[in-house]
Amino acid sequence: MELVIEHLSKDYDGKRVLDSVSFTVSDREILALVGPNGSGKSTIIKTIASVHEATEGSILIDRKNIGTIDPLDLAKRIGYVPQHFTYTLYSTVFETVLLGRRRHIRWSVSEEELSRVQQALDALEMGDMAGHFMDQLSGGERQKVFIARALAQDPEVFVFDEPTSALDIRYQIEVMETMRSITRERGAGMIVAMHDLNLAYRYADTVVVLNRGKVAAYGKPHDVLTPACTRQVYGVESFTIENEFGEFIVPFRANPS
Amino acid sequence: MFLMTNTETRPSPAGSVRSLYTREYVKRISVIGILLILLIAAAILSTGIGTVPISPQDTVLAIAHSSAQAIRSLLSSAIPGAETWYDAHFPAIPVPSNPQAELIVTGYRLPRIFLAILTGISLAVAGAVMQGLLRNPLVSPFTLGLSSAASFGAALAIVIGPGTAAALIGYDLFIIIMAFLFGWLSMLLVYWISRSRGTTQSTLILAGVVIGYLFTAGVMALKYITNNEKLRELMVWLMGGMWGASWNAVLLLIPLVLVCVVLLERMAWDLNALSAGDDVAKNLGINVGRLRLSGLMISTFAASCCLAFTGIIGFIGLMGPHICRMIIGNDHRYLIPCSALMGASILLVSDTAARTVMSPIEIPVGIIMYVIGGIFFLFLILRARGRGLY
Repeated sequence: MELVIEHLSKDYDGKRVLDSVSFTVSDREILALVGPNGSGKSTIIKTIASVHEATEGSILIDRKNIGTIDPLDLAKRIGYVPQHFTYTLYSTVFETVLLGRRRHIRWSVSEEELSRVQQALDALEMGDMAGHFMDQLSGGERQKVFIARALAQDPEVFVFDEPTSALDIRYQIEVMETMRSITRERGAGMIVAMHDLNLAYRYADTVVVLNRGKVAAYGKPHDVLTPACTRQVYGVESFTIENEFGEFIVPFRANPS
Repeated sequence: MFLMTNTETRPSPAGSVRSLYTREYVKRISVIGILLILLIAAAILSTGIGTVPISPQDTVLAIAHSSAQAIRSLLSSAIPGAETWYDAHFPAIPVPSNPQAELIVTGYRLPRIFLAILTGISLAVAGAVMQGLLRNPLVSPFTLGLSSAASFGAALAIVIGPGTAAALIGYDLFIIIMAFLFGWLSMLLVYWISRSRGTTQSTLILAGVVIGYLFTAGVMALKYITNNEKLRELMVWLMGGMWGASWNAVLLLIPLVLVCVVLLERMAWDLNALSAGDDVAKNLGINVGRLRLSGLMISTFAASCCLAFTGIIGFIGLMGPHICRMIIGNDHRYLIPCSALMGASILLVSDTAARTVMSPIEIPVGIIMYVIGGIFFLFLILRARGRGLY
């Protein structure tokens, strides 16, 4: 699988929020989208997830434009976890995860679908919570349910809009570890918008830094996430340290804007 | 190591999702079965009770005798001379011991019971679907103003009277179409409001209440300017009741309601997907805009064509689905039929109470629904409060 984003642009109310963004994601690759608020991370994610259409440019999956693929088939190939999730009164964890299998279900739910749901929940250590109501869960658990829903969808590419934003640090690391092992095991690709530069440093194979809708930097975390980059993009001074656990970037002061 | 590094850690008891699903399935099917039995029992009971009590024996005889008569006359009108063949092959059914029984049962009570059931079904199903489509637990044909709008359309049709349009398509159908047009107008307003930016779940309900007021004012105005003969008919529309029941109405409504319910039931999985939000539904390949418009249109049609004969019946579209959600959950495959049966049962029992409690005086069932439904609505508001659900 190869997902190619080519000169993607998007206008909202006549204002350009994405300007000719290009990058590529392959199997087993985790690509992190980082950048300040409003830099266009969510817009890219939503455009890839078919939530809205691009104004210009194209998104190709295995050289086929996603606009030409049947929406129901596309649902098998691209799985999405939104930043803000919705649920309704009396919805259960099981029902929410089962929605990931929507494309495979005509009317009744087969054994196959049930075991896929079980696997997705087990992967996030939530197997024993299947019968819980969504509104009984903590914010972090709810977010994991939505991640499990995308896992159940079993896509070729995962697109995640800040999947760890509602999670505490332990959950953040757990979820990213899970996602890394899933992309490796299933050979799936993953595009993830995130704020935490160190999570990007640690888990991403490639980083795209966005600034005002444009790609400011694109490459390996070590080459891209530098003090020069945080200064230019965020207006923040930072330094990097390296020890036996890896490389880290530490922001410490905001420059007067 | 405390970190989770692979997907095999701590698997849950084998097949826990499967046993959960089986358990839920059995529960859902049983609830639907029980409701169906209750509804049939309620229908049989309410045929017998009323100002003139009729024994169960006479009730059965009255229905059997008049059905046989209807079949016989239908046959003879289709094939000349078929009635002699019929008389030779089928035994004659004795007439009920109470001479009035047949007229009361088949002429008055049965159409009314059918109308209550059909109205209950269509309003409750419309409520369940609208709640799913707009992802708001408090919407229903009544709380969105649809009931008032459809009633206004019907009342307007009555005031205009049997004119050219009515002569062309039939008076009953003319009333239904007018009810639907105004019902649809109110739903388009609601849809437009739900799409505009910054709309919260409470905005939608408030807008619905205002739309409801506007059209209720319209019905009142019609009542004020119209002549005496039509006044009583309009009073019915304002209060809501089953006085409009007739076999003509029932036979017209049965296919309409049935088709709408089947069409909406077919949307069940897409409605389920919508519960996870528009964005997730779109990613699952669902055309959310089209689903929402077609779902709203079909449920509006189902609700309006019944409201055309009953006037404003409040809250049934809120109570039916909600009680079902509490018992069997949100899966629309089961929620829609369950709500239909629940709505029908509630409205039938309420209407039977309305005509028997103070017998021979009848209370409009609309008033009963306002009281029970109002209390229920308040309970829902208090329950949903603080859960960030609207």
